[in-house]
This record gives sequence, structure tokens and C-alpha cells, in this order.
Amino acid sequence: MDLYRAHVLVCCGTGCTSSQSGKIIENLEKELTAQGLSREVKVVKTGCFGLCAEGPIMVVYPEGVMYYRVSPDDVTEIVSEHFLKGRPVARLMTVQTAVPLDQARNVEESDFFKKQLRVALRNCGSINPESIEEYIAHDGYLALGKVLTEKMAPLDVINEVKKSGLRGRGGGGFPTGLKWEFAARQQNEQKYVCCNADEGDPGAFMDRSILEGDPHSVIEAMAIAGYAIGANQGYIYVRAEYPIAVQRLKLAIGQAKAYGLLGERVFGSEFSFDIEIRLGAGAFVCGEETALMRSIEGKRGNPTPRPPFPAVKGLFDKPTILNNVETFANIPVIFQKGADWFASLGTDKSKGTKVFALGGKVSNVGLVEIPMGTTVREIVFDIGGGIPNNKAFKAVQTGGPSGGCIPAKLLDTPIDYDNLIAVGSMMGSGGMIVMDEDTCMVDIAKFFLEFTVDESCGKCAPCRIGTRRMLEVLEKITGGTGTMEDLEALERLAVGIKEGSLCALGQTAPNPVLSTLKHFREEYVEHVTEKRCRCGVCKGLTQYFILTDLCKMCGLCAKRCPVGCISGVLGKEPFVIDTAKCIKCGACMQACKFKAVVKR
Amino acid sequence: MGSTKTKTHDEQVTLLEQVIAKYQGQGRKALMQVLQEAQAIYGYLPLDVQRTVADGLGVSVAEVYGVITFYSFFSLNPKGAFEVSVCLGTACYVKGSQAILEKIEEELHIKAGECTPDGKFSINACRCIGACGLAPVIMVNEDVYGRLTPDQIPAILAKYKEA
Repeated sequence: MDLYRAHVLVCCGTGCTSSQSGKIIENLEKELTAQGLSREVKVVKTGCFGLCAEGPIMVVYPEGVMYYRVSPDDVTEIVSEHFLKGRPVARLMTVQTAVPLDQARNVEESDFFKKQLRVALRNCGSINPESIEEYIAHDGYLALGKVLTEKMAPLDVINEVKKSGLRGRGGGGFPTGLKWEFAARQQNEQKYVCCNADEGDPGAFMDRSILEGDPHSVIEAMAIAGYAIGANQGYIYVRAEYPIAVQRLKLAIGQAKAYGLLGERVFGSEFSFDIEIRLGAGAFVCGEETALMRSIEGKRGNPTPRPPFPAVKGLFDKPTILNNVETFANIPVIFQKGADWFASLGTDKSKGTKVFALGGKVSNVGLVEIPMGTTVREIVFDIGGGIPNNKAFKAVQTGGPSGGCIPAKLLDTPIDYDNLIAVGSMMGSGGMIVMDEDTCMVDIAKFFLEFTVDESCGKCAPCRIGTRRMLEVLEKITGGTGTMEDLEALERLAVGIKEGSLCALGQTAPNPVLSTLKHFREEYVEHVTEKRCRCGVCKGLTQYFILTDLCKMCGLCAKRCPVGCISGVLGKEPFVIDTAKCIKCGACMQACKFKAVVKR
Repeated sequence: MGSTKTKTHDEQVTLLEQVIAKYQGQGRKALMQVLQEAQAIYGYLPLDVQRTVADGLGVSVAEVYGVITFYSFFSLNPKGAFEVSVCLGTACYVKGSQAILEKIEEELHIKAGECTPDGKFSINACRCIGACGLAPVIMVNEDVYGRLTPDQIPAILAKYKEA
């Protein structure tokens, strides 16, 4: 193996790829060759580093210097200054977000990383996901090797997982070992292991980043699961919208087969295991386990009643286990470091770590992994760097369309499955969206309900009809015709939908409404009684005005108005908006250089 | 997407036959995969393609239609040469993607889900594309544009109008 004096790691996760990290690598290689350094400096393309807001990101080892928002044009300077002359390019080492990360010269020392603990993301951003050798060099396939070559009994494998306390990371939090045990107990020639990579929660990209940054960890874990329950076939159900993930999975499966780590007689043992990829086609409900299995069978993704549970009668009516990507990514570590080590992390009932896709109105948007028990405040303000533009924090939304909003007074809630449910939200798959004072909570509830109405499969009436009725009530409220009785109607409908729906989609669909009603009831009441949206988001309640004393009579607003509802005389009379004709597009407000246009 | 325009009808028919032959004998189990590959060939799934797929796999046309209409990835209508996908995931939504979508609708004079009469543009209001760090984000075919404000939209679209 060649020795290099420096390694440049370039993030090729989704965000960074979108901002040209591919081109950066190309330029790097060209420039290193041109300057005669190609045998001294190695370029490695890696998965997500986590700090997506500042991408494309590049890290240089051994120094641990991190470069942010690198453009392909910066490459020449980096090569000649840093690699040739040994002078890191300071210009690219400072972040542009509000909270300075730049005091930290070293990656691990920055605030963003200090409070994190990377277990599921252990290899993301440090190895090349397209190289099985790099995965193996980081103890990859050691766990599978241990299980098979030390001839652990399947029951021992399951007991180890049970002992670790690992719970399903897809949202429900069902104990993983227990799920495996149910399937293992079934007597059947054919069983299946499925991986749920149909990450449908809008605003969440944890699974995507794991698949793109460390695909082998999922493959290794699926093989371990197959051995434990007695299955020899696995399916990964992944969104078609994730082309990079699909391509890297295919590559990884091919490499594992070539190395005898997948396929016939894995590690020379009696155990054989194969994995196939199935592409989803954009249906949120297919994240529900029974719906996902129907989809792999080539049918509409309608959920089916449980029992029978998939562990008894699942894919093609055979015993099946389904785990989420992040759950699988934790499995190899449990066998490398031991169940006791894993169980030492986290809280009493929620062991280990959780990955969150931190997004919305927060400075350090990105992928973070924290030990369970970390508080919401630590994530938003210490890791996330707080709210940009000096705005006030309003809420954090977790659990996507199935979850709820956590208000400021609950910021010190330690994150685990049970605590989040207690405050009216849920863990969910790991989307965490920060909202500031400009976010209208009624509008957000409507946003999520529009999503569930759209994604309801239509099989059962409470979900199909009930969510639509709830949405209509919310449209009334945001449109300015709501009444106080409507708030009660929302609560009544919510209970019925939760109790009567067939699957988790319907059972959790009212959560965003219920949690905002609970914590932000005053905003609903304002919409109803004062016909006012304090954030100016709900168009039906917003009116635009021109402040006469600030108007410079330049007429720019009237020029931009698409419906011609602004009148005045250039240089002589202040301009006025005819609110009856106004379509509330906001063009005038954007046009005005003197902040004379306001909305209220 | 752009490449679908260059294939002749006969080429498309041959390609579809090859896809169906590849999954021969698997029946409905292969339906999703065949439809995904068929859509890659045609750009969308018109009725005659649905019939061919149904006959080829031995399932009813009703079943094929049922599957197509269930999944948002499958389209019964042709898409524009440039598909403008506006991310309406939560992270983009709280950062103002609704205003971005409205601006694009205004510029192209069509609504989300529609195609311009000249077949050049279509708008797709999509759920999270996973680039939340760049929110709000749009994609024009494979090109990603992030950290957008509505006033940047005309210039972006102009690039494709001329193309």
C-alpha cells in the first residue's frame, strides 16, 4: 500500500454533491498531478460530514484542517498554498453562519462536533463509501466474521442485540432483539430480512447519508440479522429519489459478493445470504411495514391489519423482519464493542445514540448524532449554533408528519423515545426542524396535514376522510373564517382518527395539530378571534399597507404590482394599496427600498 | 429525461419488449421494476404502455393502472423537457419554498403538476430531496439550485428557456 503524507477528504453527500463536490475532486486530482504531488497527497471521497450548511466541505489530515464552502476555483490555491507550501488557506477556514466555528483549528474541537457521538455515523465522512477495503480497515465485516466463524448460535446473536437495548430507529422504538426473536421462533423454510430505506419524512436525510456514506454497515448488519432469524434473502427498499444511495448500495453488494462476504457460504460457513434492491416510487405510507412489503410484492402500498405481524406472516406471506437503515447501522458496533458498551450509552430506556437531520431556522444545518439523553437545547443552541439573524426561537418539530412541536419551555427535555412522546411529539426517524418567530404554527399544522391528506392511501375511512375534514377546518381558520367551535372540532376529529385508523400513518396524522393546539393555542385563538396571523404567513389574514411617512413616492411598488392595485403620484403623493384588489403576493414589500411597505 | 426525446417510437417499443423479457416469468412481483424502467424509456406511462406491460406480465390493465396512480413517482402525463422540481419538504418550507414555487408558477404561467404548451417546462412540487443544508432548493432536471430567494428564479429559468 502506498504511503501518503496527507489525505484530503472531500464530502460527497447529497448537499455537497449538489454544490459541485464532484468537480472539486476532479480539479484536485488534476492540480495535484500538475504540481507533482499526486503521490504525496491522496484524495478521498467520503460520505456526509454533517455540517451541510457550510458545504462543500473538505478536511485535510493529519492536521484536521476543515475547509468550508469550497468552490472548484479554490482548488489551485489550496494545492499550491496548503499542500506545496504548508500554509493552510485561512480564507476558507471560517464559516459564514452566525456562530463562529473558526476558533477551532481542528475538526473534532469545533462546537458542532464536541457534543456529538458518532456510532451509526462512525464511518460517514471518514472512509470512501465506494471502497470495501476502507470499510474493512475500519473493522468492517469483523462483526459478521465473529458471528459466523466463532459459530455463535443464532439465539446468542439475538440475545446480544436484546442485551444492547437497541430500539428501532425508524420511529416506533420497538426493541430490535425482540423483533428478531419473534421471527427466529417461526418454523419456515423461507424467511426474509428487509431494510426500510424509504425515508419519507420531509426534511429528513439520515438514512440517505448512511447509505451514501457507509453502505457496507447496512449490508453487514442485514447478513447478521439473516443468520439470527434463519433467512437467506434480504431486500433493501430504497427511494428512487436517492440515486447516489442506490448506486453505492449496488456497488457495495457487488464488492461484498466478490469478497465472499455475501452470497453462497459467507465466510466459508454453511450460511448463505443474498440481498436485492427494490426501488420505492414515492409513497409515504410505504414506510409502514406492511405497506412496504406489499410494495415489494409489486402491489399498491396499502397497509394490512396486524396481527398477523410480519414476523409471522410478512413478505410473500413468509416470516419477515423489517428494520430501518439506522437501526442496522448500529448492529455491527454492538458485536465489535459488545452489548454492554452499547447499553452504557444513552438513558435508562433508550440506549445508544440517535441521528438527527437538523434543519430549518438554525445556523448549523446538518446531520448530527447525539447520545440519547442530550437535551433539545444542547442540539439547537450548542451543536446547531442557535437561530440565525437574531430571531427568537419558537419551536422544534420532530417526528415529521407523525410528530409534534416542542416549545421553548420544554427545551431542556432530554431526548429519548418516552420523553418525546410525553411532550406530545415523537422520536420519528430523526427529522428535527427548528422554527423561529416568523413561523406560524397554525400554518405548519396545515402544512403537515396537507402532506398526510396527500399521502393517505385511502384504504380506511378515518384517515382518508378524517384528515381531509381536519384540513378543511384548518383552511377555514387560516383563511379568516374560523370559529372557536372549530378548535373543538379539530380536537374531536383528532381523537377519532387516532383511534380508528388502520396503520400508523392515520394513527399519528393528528399529532402536528394536537401538539400545536396544546403548546401554541394562543396563535389559533388569534387567528379565530382577532383574524390575525402574528407571523404574517397566513395570506387570508394578512394585509399589506404603505406607511405614508416612510413613502418616498418613487412608485417602484406600483410598477412591480402584478394586479395594479397600488396608486399614487410620482414624487407628489404617497402611494396607497387598494387592499380589496391586493392578492398579497408581497412583490411591493420586496420592491420597496425604504421599508415603507409593511404587512399585518 | 432529455434523452427520451431522441428515441423514435420503434426504438421505445423494442426497449420495452426487452425490459419485459428480462423479467419474464416473475409476473406481478416484477411490476414495479418494469414500470420504473418503462417510465425511464418513455418519460411517462401512457395507456398503450400500460397495456403492453399488463400483457407482458400477465396481470390486468386495471391492476397496472392501480399501481401507477398509487405512487407519485409514476406519471400518466408527459413531462417537460426541463422538469423543475421544487422541494416542499419541511426544512425548505420553513425557509420559504412556497414563495419560490409561486414565483416559478408565475414565471412559467403553469401550476405545479402541469406542463407548458410547448413541452419545454413542467413543475413538480416534490417532497424532500435530502439537501436540507441548501434550503430552499429546486432542481431543474439534474441541476440543483440552493439557498434561493424568489428574485433569483427568473435568471435561473432564463438559462433553460434559451437552451
